[in-house]
Amino acid sequence: MTTIEKTGAEPSARVEDADGGPLLEVRDLHVEFHTRDGVAKAVNGVNYSVSAGETLAVLGESGSGKSVTAQAIMGILDMPPGKIPQGEILFRGEDMLTMAPEERRKIRGRRIAMIFQDALSALNPVLSVGYQLGEMFRVHQGLSKKDAKAKAIELMERVRIPAAKERVGDYPHQFSGGMRQRIMIAMALALEPDLIIADEPTTALDVTVQAQVMDLLAELQREYNMGLILITHDLGVVADVADKIAVMYAGRIVETAPVHELYKRPAHPYTKGLLDSIPRLDHKGQELYAIKGLPPNLLKIPTGCAFNPRCPKAQDICTTEVPALAAVAEQDGTELPGRGSACHFWKETIHG
Amino acid sequence: MAETEKDDKAVDVTKATEAAAAPHGITEVTTVDAATEDEAVAALDAEVGSGEPILQVRNLVKHFPLTQGILFKKQVGAVKAVDGISFDLYQGETLGIVGESGCGKSTVAKLLMTLESATAGEVFYKGQDITKLSGRALRAVRRNIQMVFQDPYTSLNPRMTVGDIIGEPYEIHPEAAPKGDRRRKVQELLDVVGLNPEYLNRYPHQFSGGQRQRIGIARGLALNPEIIICDEPVSALDVSVQAQVINLMEKLQDEFNLSYIFIAHDLSIVRHISDRVGVMYLGKMAEIGTDAEIYDHPTHPYTQALLSAVPVPDPEAREGRERIILTGDVPSPANPPSGCRFRTRCWKAEDKCAKEVPLLAIPERFAGTDSLAAHESACHFAEEKDVVHA
Amino acid sequence: MLNPTQAPEAGPVSAAAEAPLPGGSEITKARSLGQDAWRELRSNPIFWVSAVLLVLFLLMAAVPSLFTSTDPGHADLRNHYLGKPEWGHFFQPDWFGYNGQGQSVYARTIYGARASVIIGFCVTLGVTLVGGVIGMFAGYFGGLLDTLLSRLTDIFFGIPLLLGGMVLLQAFTHRTIWTVVLALATFGWMPLARVMRGAVITQKQADFVTAARALGAGTTRILLRHILPNTLAPVIVVATIALGGFVSTEATLSYLGIGLQSTVSWGVDISDAQNVLRDAPHVLLVPASFLSLTVLSFILLGDAVRDAFDPKLR
Repeated sequence: MTTIEKTGAEPSARVEDADGGPLLEVRDLHVEFHTRDGVAKAVNGVNYSVSAGETLAVLGESGSGKSVTAQAIMGILDMPPGKIPQGEILFRGEDMLTMAPEERRKIRGRRIAMIFQDALSALNPVLSVGYQLGEMFRVHQGLSKKDAKAKAIELMERVRIPAAKERVGDYPHQFSGGMRQRIMIAMALALEPDLIIADEPTTALDVTVQAQVMDLLAELQREYNMGLILITHDLGVVADVADKIAVMYAGRIVETAPVHELYKRPAHPYTKGLLDSIPRLDHKGQELYAIKGLPPNLLKIPTGCAFNPRCPKAQDICTTEVPALAAVAEQDGTELPGRGSACHFWKETIHG
Repeated sequence: MAETEKDDKAVDVTKATEAAAAPHGITEVTTVDAATEDEAVAALDAEVGSGEPILQVRNLVKHFPLTQGILFKKQVGAVKAVDGISFDLYQGETLGIVGESGCGKSTVAKLLMTLESATAGEVFYKGQDITKLSGRALRAVRRNIQMVFQDPYTSLNPRMTVGDIIGEPYEIHPEAAPKGDRRRKVQELLDVVGLNPEYLNRYPHQFSGGQRQRIGIARGLALNPEIIICDEPVSALDVSVQAQVINLMEKLQDEFNLSYIFIAHDLSIVRHISDRVGVMYLGKMAEIGTDAEIYDHPTHPYTQALLSAVPVPDPEAREGRERIILTGDVPSPANPPSGCRFRTRCWKAEDKCAKEVPLLAIPERFAGTDSLAAHESACHFAEEKDVVHA
Repeated sequence: MLNPTQAPEAGPVSAAAEAPLPGGSEITKARSLGQDAWRELRSNPIFWVSAVLLVLFLLMAAVPSLFTSTDPGHADLRNHYLGKPEWGHFFQPDWFGYNGQGQSVYARTIYGARASVIIGFCVTLGVTLVGGVIGMFAGYFGGLLDTLLSRLTDIFFGIPLLLGGMVLLQAFTHRTIWTVVLALATFGWMPLARVMRGAVITQKQADFVTAARALGAGTTRILLRHILPNTLAPVIVVATIALGGFVSTEATLSYLGIGLQSTVSWGVDISDAQNVLRDAPHVLLVPASFLSLTVLSFILLGDAVRDAFDPKLR
């Protein structure tokens, strides 16, 4: 696996895995949904990996398969209608898809935890926050009610909820959106997992609160040396915290790159289009570049490169041949570590 | 055009603060007193010159009463959603209104649309207070001020065809309907917003989010309005589709000579589309000015914090930027802090802030200067701080 | 299969928008939510089972002579007193045997369907209108009117349908199908009012209703054009399920002797049959089975319709 040099201001804990391998590796994952109108191919051969202490951002629009991949990892896909016809999900080298359900349950929650976008619906409204946090310890570690409560308070302090002692008995609806998201983070952290999957964790929050929550998440990740998969559609949020990025489109990864590289020199027309289409805060531009057309219908993904109907660079080959995720190199041929692009014309995109 | 307006305004404002009677002396309102309904309607349908104020909001207040009891309800308090805001919209411009959830920006939209009745204050449209209009005059206002909604999935009636949805304005306002073939006009509108005119008989659920928003825009255009109030029109759309819709809205503004009030929480998009921007916090206007004034020379601490928190899709620009991370959440609008509403989260707050409500005016230290910092800001300790540029 | 070039190359904005909907011919046609629900229903076997049964019952009610030529009132005590069923004699008068008066159980069951079906449909129609209007006004106008109408609904909810029906029917010395309909409708509209009120409140807050108000649409237009069509699905479901309930309540009333008089009805026959239950259980079991099959069919149909309208299952 390629390791990525972490550049920038934030020194992240370096990857020091005992066995050297990645924490989680997804190999050629396919997910499809059988609906009345046909088979929706949500994920079509996704490969990615995360190591301890590393943040992988999975970027994509609705229908890109980014959340479905995460759900497949967590084993929370609705099956049926969902189906995983092909692929492996290796956690510390073991395939979770072929594992006994009992073993898989042990990994889920304890070793891999998930944070959802909508904290209000992810928390049980009729149980106090303290009870829900303590439940993790009572069920998984067999702590007494009293000890579990103490642990819950500790966790709430850990995620910087003010007056944790007084608020431990409060119910989810009594907290603000930002605080609820902190509680979700606390819950995910409870059993000190190795990997956290955060699905749009700040999308529902206001910008000022978004920054607080993202900072907290990044800080805790460093402290516990966890792997983090951050699923988002927001190019801004990704730029802040990710080490490497995987851009998804129509169930495939179309580009992978270390975070700085991606923004500086995108190697896929879709990424480039996305970057060009968002307005900037620091200066006023002219007309925005707009990617033409619509995201594809998963029931009928275009043949060849799925992006071809919307791509300004599309040629005949793009409608017939699916481009593989190829390594991206400098003009002189030196390979750019960690970079890949699933475009027949990546050279023209990055260098032209 | 907006620039020259601003200069006149600056003079007004200094006068107003001296007089201390009128809290925000923006442009003067020339009221129209129509004796008959016909006159009122005629005045509402009159043209307004480009750059002239078309909508003037003065001390607008909306309190939602909090009640208790089942049969006999008694009021136990009020949510002060909008608490005395004033601003102008000039013909042909886009005024952006930004703020976090709960700041009252959507309530402002509803008040301007007369979907809610104001608790106090006035909204002058071409010199007539629309909060007091009724009958045919109100219908004329409704024709001229349209709205585009946030959620394209709920703002179209799922049981109506696209043709019926876009054509409905003509059924409600037969006087404004095109002579002759309405169906043809609807098809033209579909074409204008970039949809296939053949889609007339389809139902909304057969379209994607971006296409539905185009249908919503076509409905808004049907009556040839002068003002369109856009409440978060792109926040529910995919990133790659947002740019399409924003470009479409800009194109339509030029084509149909529209004025926009663009309400959003995404500061980057607001900067892109707006000529002037107002920043709201807890029912009050914290700062208002041209886009360069607000984004490059913000003087209110809340604006500064808001801007600095926006994630920038450029890791390198990111590192040089200072970030102000606010502590805590927005206080409840049912029980806002005394004095300056932002003081509970402000790093500059002093005793004065708890006692005196800061007025929205050009800060004294900048008054009379050429600086872009000389724009209205409701802070006792306003000072310039560039948080956007590295 | 080659994907058609989706976006024609043209100007940045309009062309960008104009990607035809992918998905081929079936999506290019207009498809309303009702049509989608029908597609869903068509593939549901439960729908077909209940629908076929209901059509059968409706036919029985409308043209009983199609099923039997025997007069249900014809009694032949000497020859047929409690005659046993001849299970092999399909559609013959003795198929289900004879009752205590020597009447053909088969013929009586066929003719009995009419009372049940008429009462079921008429009561349902009545409660849907009454409850729907009350619920719609309460939900849409809110405030004091809602408080009053909702309390009224609560008060009626306190009266059991059967008890209320009994008390009211006692007042009539001559009871026909229509008096029973009136009695059941008087005490049966509340669930519809509640469902309607809830649905109207939900729809009232929908953005498209706000959009119509912003356009200046009047109350009538908003109610009839925007709110009503979107509340029909839950109302139809509740009404279908309630219909089954009304059929069984009618039978219960007739069984208790305060329902229909001198009319052929399943309830009356069940009531008469209890005296001979030991000697001839078939006299009771046959109309009882038809009754429960009818009720079951309506409940199943209601379930299937609900599933079809529920977008979450799509």
